[in-house]
Amino acid sequence: MKLDELLNALFPQGHKVTITNQVVIGAGKTKTGEIAVLGTTDHAYIGVEHALALAAEIINVIKNHPGRAILLLVDTQGQRLSRRDELLGINGFLAHVAKCLEFARSRGHKIVSLAYGEAVSGGFLSCGMVADETYALPDAQVRVMNLPAMSRVTKVPLERLKELSKTSPVFAPGVPSFLTLGGVAGVWGDSLSEKLEAALGKKTAGDKRRELGLAHGGRLLAHGVSKRVREEKLAG
Amino acid sequence: MSLPKDLKHSYYEASARGRILGLLDPGSFRELLPPQERAVSPHLQILGFPAAFDDGVIVGGGSLNGKPVLIAAQEGAFMGGSVGEVHGAKITGLLERALAERRGVLLLLESGGVRLHEANCALIAVSEIMRAVLELRAAGVPCIGLIGGTNGCFGGMSLVARLCDAIVMSEEGRLGLSGPEVIETVHGVEEFDSRDRALVWRTVGGKHRYLLREADRLVDDDIQAFRAAAIELLAQPKKLDLATLEQEQAKLNKRMTDFGACPDAVEVWSKMGIPEPKKLSLLDAAAFLSTVSAARGTP
Repeated sequence: MKLDELLNALFPQGHKVTITNQVVIGAGKTKTGEIAVLGTTDHAYIGVEHALALAAEIINVIKNHPGRAILLLVDTQGQRLSRRDELLGINGFLAHVAKCLEFARSRGHKIVSLAYGEAVSGGFLSCGMVADETYALPDAQVRVMNLPAMSRVTKVPLERLKELSKTSPVFAPGVPSFLTLGGVAGVWGDSLSEKLEAALGKKTAGDKRRELGLAHGGRLLAHGVSKRVREEKLAG
Repeated sequence: MSLPKDLKHSYYEASARGRILGLLDPGSFRELLPPQERAVSPHLQILGFPAAFDDGVIVGGGSLNGKPVLIAAQEGAFMGGSVGEVHGAKITGLLERALAERRGVLLLLESGGVRLHEANCALIAVSEIMRAVLELRAAGVPCIGLIGGTNGCFGGMSLVARLCDAIVMSEEGRLGLSGPEVIETVHGVEEFDSRDRALVWRTVGGKHRYLLREADRLVDDDIQAFRAAAIELLAQPKKLDLATLEQEQAKLNKRMTDFGACPDAVEVWSKMGIPEPKKLSLLDAAAFLSTVSAARGTP
């Protein structure tokens, strides 16, 4: 779905965003008031400049709009692959975005993310999955990496990965897999503004994704393993 | 109790277990979910890959200079230290335990990031580690990253590294988001010649990261040196508040302004005012630190 169509569907009462170098910044009206809208568009490859712009706006929201909820709109092909970005320390820039979001959360800002275009790898991790909950449009392209690249790196034949993708949520790119694994809390096929209001109003405490993954049958071990490490006695 | 100074133990050469045993107070380490428990990856079996009984990460607790700490060490020799469902859940559980017990954490990071053999599971696992470190930061419980192994710290784990209160690196360590080989594969050798080791270390290696203030300490490749730095840094958690975020924003803005047009690390170091930047790679840790201290500023 195109960004302007998405914004109209999410905010029938009105919205105002600016797009500068693929970075989306603005606000939208909901029943409970204005919320901040932040993210990227055009399947952006997120580089150091994008990260700084996003972080600046999160800090602005924290300082000037206490308690205002934040909607992260995710449309990225992942981090920008360049020697310059690595030289400058892109991982630090993206981590900074995540820290800003965490601090906003601790100050009572609800954070919801919506994958609406592509949602890939490092860009998705730092600018989407840090939310209280992540949602997705049904056709959002959520993935780690494309299958041919995965095949090259793992040396598992592409045919085998494609075959596994037919039945396994571990390998199949796309929203249904992430739903089954607990990575995405819900899919928004229609009634977007209602779904947004519901998400904003939902009380969340902590990271429930392992529980969700177990409940949906996609990730059977993560919940139990982390619980054991949390709770087992350290032998004296 | 610490080892005699002339018995240097290479962090680079040591296994994950060796690093833990060398870092913590002797006899204090207790492992959680040890290999006897056989917490293996269910996904690797499907692909016909061998499993590891600890899924490539050791977690547990012990004491560091008398203070209780929790510790996780990724084993680079297993699947490049990459994060899968079980591996990730062990780390996340440890971090959640740290929050409940208000106990500092050492993360010995050696990883290529998301384990592609576990694809979507692994991406979510890394995100869960990130959320758990962020909760520790919000609660003021210190989490220190140590980087100095063969595989470096890349991918999603490089994000985790920079969520920590502080990072200790040796010159041998590498910290970056996308590996040089990946960048070369996608954009060609002119963009990044991944076989040019000197170039790789200038770009993502410990010395450069220290100079950029991505890493807080640069130490010798010696487990005792890592230990001393960890003791110091665990005692100084960095509060996650508006002031520190604004400081970081200013620091990163300045980095872009000052170095955004530099084609190579040597230009960065030269602009920082470091004398004879081309010779930096030849200096040992002590000589390096004294050479750069004026230009780099205090830790």
